[in-house]
Amino acid sequence: MIRKTVTNVTDALAGVQDGMTFMLGGFGLCGIPENAISELVRLGVKDITCISNNAGVDDFGLGLLLHQHQIKKMVSSYVGENDEFERQMLSGELEVELTPQGTLAEKCRAAQAGFPAFFTPAGYGTEVAEGKEVREFDGKMYILEEAFKADFAFVKAWKGDAAGNLIFKGTARNFNPCMCGAATITVAEVEELVPEGELDPNQIHIPGIFVQRIFQGKDYEKRIEQRTVRQK
Amino acid sequence: MLDKNGIAKRIAQEVEDGYYVNLGIGIPTLVANYVRDDISVEFQSENGILGMGPFPIEGEEDADLINAGKQTITALPGASYFDSATSFAMIRGKHVDLTILGAMEVSENGDIANWKIPGKMVKGMGGAMDLVASAENIIVAMMHTNRAGESKLLKRCSLPLTGVGCVKKIVTNLAVLEVTEDGFLLLERAPGVTVEDIKAATEGNLIVKGDILEMNV
Repeated sequence: MIRKTVTNVTDALAGVQDGMTFMLGGFGLCGIPENAISELVRLGVKDITCISNNAGVDDFGLGLLLHQHQIKKMVSSYVGENDEFERQMLSGELEVELTPQGTLAEKCRAAQAGFPAFFTPAGYGTEVAEGKEVREFDGKMYILEEAFKADFAFVKAWKGDAAGNLIFKGTARNFNPCMCGAATITVAEVEELVPEGELDPNQIHIPGIFVQRIFQGKDYEKRIEQRTVRQK
Repeated sequence: MLDKNGIAKRIAQEVEDGYYVNLGIGIPTLVANYVRDDISVEFQSENGILGMGPFPIEGEEDADLINAGKQTITALPGASYFDSATSFAMIRGKHVDLTILGAMEVSENGDIANWKIPGKMVKGMGGAMDLVASAENIIVAMMHTNRAGESKLLKRCSLPLTGVGCVKKIVTNLAVLEVTEDGFLLLERAPGVTVEDIKAATEGNLIVKGDILEMNV
């Protein structure tokens, strides 16, 4: 077995530098790599580009990096729920590339799977298509979208083992599997790092080959953005 | 005139047995409350669940189980979870039967705008561009006019587009309309609303053929 385990988040993020491009898993605050984000805040790396479906909220998730002005550019599909983000974007401090959500996911998967680009109908005829190659297939119009290039992918899983195999839980899966192996180095943090052999190979969502470093995460807050309940 | 729940109730009548349905944020989310319980329907949420159930009972919220609006939800028997690329494979690959979403503007040729007001509001398109570009059965749920009383059913959209020529049907607080080659074909009017009211609230070309029946809601 090839061992991917590192002892802590500091070792997991070794090599992170100013100006790098990072992928971060999660949808809203669900399934975000909380430990990696905290460490990026502590390290204070600057001028970074973040590829993440959302930008967190004002005081949690990527909002923490925004507050310290560490982010130069965000690549996201939806950036509501964050006042500081909106302020930085409208004032021009922050560069923002809005990308349709399915395209965002596929640009990750393309990088993971070795495709340089792909055609999608999403965004045809809109601002998103500006400057992109357009092609017709079977009477329908498509635009060419290129795979992402990133230095690190930070993902969060429910369970993992020393081989880097990962299992996700509920809708905390979202972008995390698509980002594994889509950057030069994939760092996985897990709620539970289990002994080797404990994960059933039939149940593994992401094989360890897509993961370079894995560590036992800690102090997960798992904040709920919109707590919505019904009466019994 | 309908309220938001009334619009959702009318749209629920469009949901058929065996449909996989994607519901957008806002009025579309309410549709799930009014789907007949004698048919089998599965709701897809683009963040990675098929078989989405109602909101949880207080105390049973799970941070790892949310919908596209980031609200806590439940999963019904037979539900499945998947990653975002798989979710959009379902959408782009036309495996989802019906898409219901909100809009700021719709034009008479079926263009839709719902993601950006230049200089004012930029929240992003989320999954809307993928949905409208691929779905064959799209219903827009919205109010007929904006807060300033201006029509949202236009000759041409004034806001940045989300998709072109994709909307098939619109249900508003005033009417049910179909997008045709010649414009908005009026199908039904809301209770207490006249054809003249609808004409006055529609900037795009409105086609009225014969008697227009009142909605059954």
